[in-house]
Amino acid sequence: MTQKLTPDESRQKFDKIFADLTRSLKIKDELARFWIFILGMFLIVGLWGWIHQINKGLGITGMRDYVSWGMYIGNFVFFVAVSLIGLLISSILHLLHFDWGKPISRVAETVAIAAVALAGLVIVMDMGRPDRFLNIFLHGRFASPIVWDVTVITTYVAISTLLFYLPLIPDLALLRDRLGDDVPKIQKKLYSVLSLGWKGNTRQFEIITHAVRIMLVLIIPVGLSIHTVTSWLFANTLRAGWDSTIFGPYFVSGAFVAGSAAVILVMYVYRQRYDLEEYFTDKSFDWMGKMLVLMCLVYLYFNINEYLVPAYKMRAAEGVHLRELFTGRWSGLFWFAQIGGIFLPVILLLFRYFRRPLPITIIAFITLVASWFKRFIIVIPTLEHPHLPIQNVPEHFVHYTPTRPEIMITLLPFFASAIIITMLAKLFPVVTMWEYAEHSGVDKKTMFEDSEK
Amino acid sequence: MDNQNTRRNFLKTAGIALGCLGLAVPERVIGSGNKVLDAEGDTITLLTPGGQLVKVEKSKLKPAELPSLTENQKRGREGLPIRAWVMVIDLSKCRNARKCMAACQAHHQLRPEQHHMNTLQMQDAEHTAPYYMPKNCQHCDNPPCTKVCPVNATFKRSDGIVLIDNERCIGCRFCIAACPYSARVFNWFEPRDAEKYKDVVYDIEANVPQKKGTISKCLFSADLLRAGKLPSCVSACPNGVYWFGDQNEDAVTNGTTKETTRFSKLLKDNAGYTLMEELGTKPRVYYLPPKNRAFPFEGEMQKHE
Repeated sequence: MTQKLTPDESRQKFDKIFADLTRSLKIKDELARFWIFILGMFLIVGLWGWIHQINKGLGITGMRDYVSWGMYIGNFVFFVAVSLIGLLISSILHLLHFDWGKPISRVAETVAIAAVALAGLVIVMDMGRPDRFLNIFLHGRFASPIVWDVTVITTYVAISTLLFYLPLIPDLALLRDRLGDDVPKIQKKLYSVLSLGWKGNTRQFEIITHAVRIMLVLIIPVGLSIHTVTSWLFANTLRAGWDSTIFGPYFVSGAFVAGSAAVILVMYVYRQRYDLEEYFTDKSFDWMGKMLVLMCLVYLYFNINEYLVPAYKMRAAEGVHLRELFTGRWSGLFWFAQIGGIFLPVILLLFRYFRRPLPITIIAFITLVASWFKRFIIVIPTLEHPHLPIQNVPEHFVHYTPTRPEIMITLLPFFASAIIITMLAKLFPVVTMWEYAEHSGVDKKTMFEDSEK
Repeated sequence: MDNQNTRRNFLKTAGIALGCLGLAVPERVIGSGNKVLDAEGDTITLLTPGGQLVKVEKSKLKPAELPSLTENQKRGREGLPIRAWVMVIDLSKCRNARKCMAACQAHHQLRPEQHHMNTLQMQDAEHTAPYYMPKNCQHCDNPPCTKVCPVNATFKRSDGIVLIDNERCIGCRFCIAACPYSARVFNWFEPRDAEKYKDVVYDIEANVPQKKGTISKCLFSADLLRAGKLPSCVSACPNGVYWFGDQNEDAVTNGTTKETTRFSKLLKDNAGYTLMEELGTKPRVYYLPPKNRAFPFEGEMQKHE
């Protein structure tokens, strides 16, 4: 991997890496503007829907007293799930010295930050009284899993941001020193402030490596907690379909599936859009494909446990619930989620052909959509079957059907997270430059020649 | 000391202010009416706890002590001393008259589809006889709902009642998910007659006025209990279904006949039970089985697959 380069070769090589990885910062074409415009429009429509909902009440959604959690909560679980990929790729792969994960660790952190930030917003959108959000801090009761969730999610946001920022500091110094006039002054100023006077000496690298390592270890328990606690919002109730002891690992393993799929999508877009074939290589996609298969197999194992064990006994309420899923009203969505989200990737990605960039991206897209519906299937059908019969209420209380404003509000975080990801790619290189250069044999001294002054 | 003085001064000022408010907007009329609508001429329209609009001459009104919102909420969280309220529902007497449901909705400012008290048609197994079962909050001694509340908006009082503070509720609806008895409702829209109730001081013991985006639930009409009356559903029943009383006194009173009997004996003689006892929620609402029914089951079973 590391062949010794002469200083001149080294300098040339690094110039090329720098030029490649700062391309995303410089692109200002029609497509970029159009993309932001489209996202912005949908975002505004979603926000308008939310304002409408705040004025009229949550009644503008399809939720009612029985199915009182709907798509918003499914969406929340989905975004928390996707954010867990930061833990898997940047931490676990790194600590286990899987070097293929390094160039994509910033992609993983980007996805994690965007997803977990939006998860926080989604949960506020589901509240009947978002104006009283601070009550959670003023009157928080530590016995409530919601308070645990708020605690671990805010911690996860903090650690993920640090994991994004710390390895970025040397890159920011490079941008500060080497970037010409093709970016606005204010942007250069931003790099200068954020790089904290980085000079690139050995001592600084020691400190940053040490700090990153602490974060990499810390994020493991916190990351596992966010999704385990989220699963307990369901598992800690007495309802058939939720009342399960394996919900924690079941959710965590499902999260790795959804997150891997999301990272593959973003990798592919970066690769095509910013001409980064040398950085997001065929080999990286191949590895991601293998990892997705592994994660799907683990998830499959938990699915079998979660469905087969109660299905064997068919206890009254569980039986009603499972019949609805397997052959009843929800069977279409259920089988789409199971086949698209587990079986399809497992079978296809076993073949090398499908692990090439384009096919795997298409499969990842289907898997991601199926993962979203999987959360929908976990949240809603259970609520349609409470212990006591649903009577003396209008028909739309009995069955849940999302309304149009509700769908708009549900889509909002997708556009918002796409905007966050786009903005991060426009501000910062999508691969850690110094790490990648070092890996390609460029000496750190050469990289920071200009900074030493 | 200084501190206390300022607080006393503050309370004094606040008291005067409240008194003035009490004169301008009479809150309680001789203990019964507590909702002000509008004043016209010498009469004033009031809303009674039963949901009736009544015209009263202004001269007959006397300024009431208006409990402030915070006092009200504090008092409402404590519960009535040495009481342990219980309800016994005799299923053999219920003929689905639904007077309880109507009285409840009127008292608690509920929409027609919102039920603190809901009479369900039940059938335990395929070939067993159907029966009517009034179902409200079971006021569990091990309540799954209060456990999950992130802000302590719903809580269990010393007298056994589970209440909701809709001034604090954030509307997360976790308690709805947690309740196995489907006893809780949510204000998906502005509550019924929101305009009429808009100037009324919030009474946590009746959960009135209701608020958009918050939870509501059966409270055993805690405001009436404080006034020494039976809950509105209990006194509205024409068929003697409800018994209500204090477990500490071991006495329950029938809402229809006003007859009082021993709580423990009533349960023992009639094989009383609680709903879904296997969940370990320990309800304070007891049921007597639908045996030797006073009325036949009429109508069709509602099917909900």
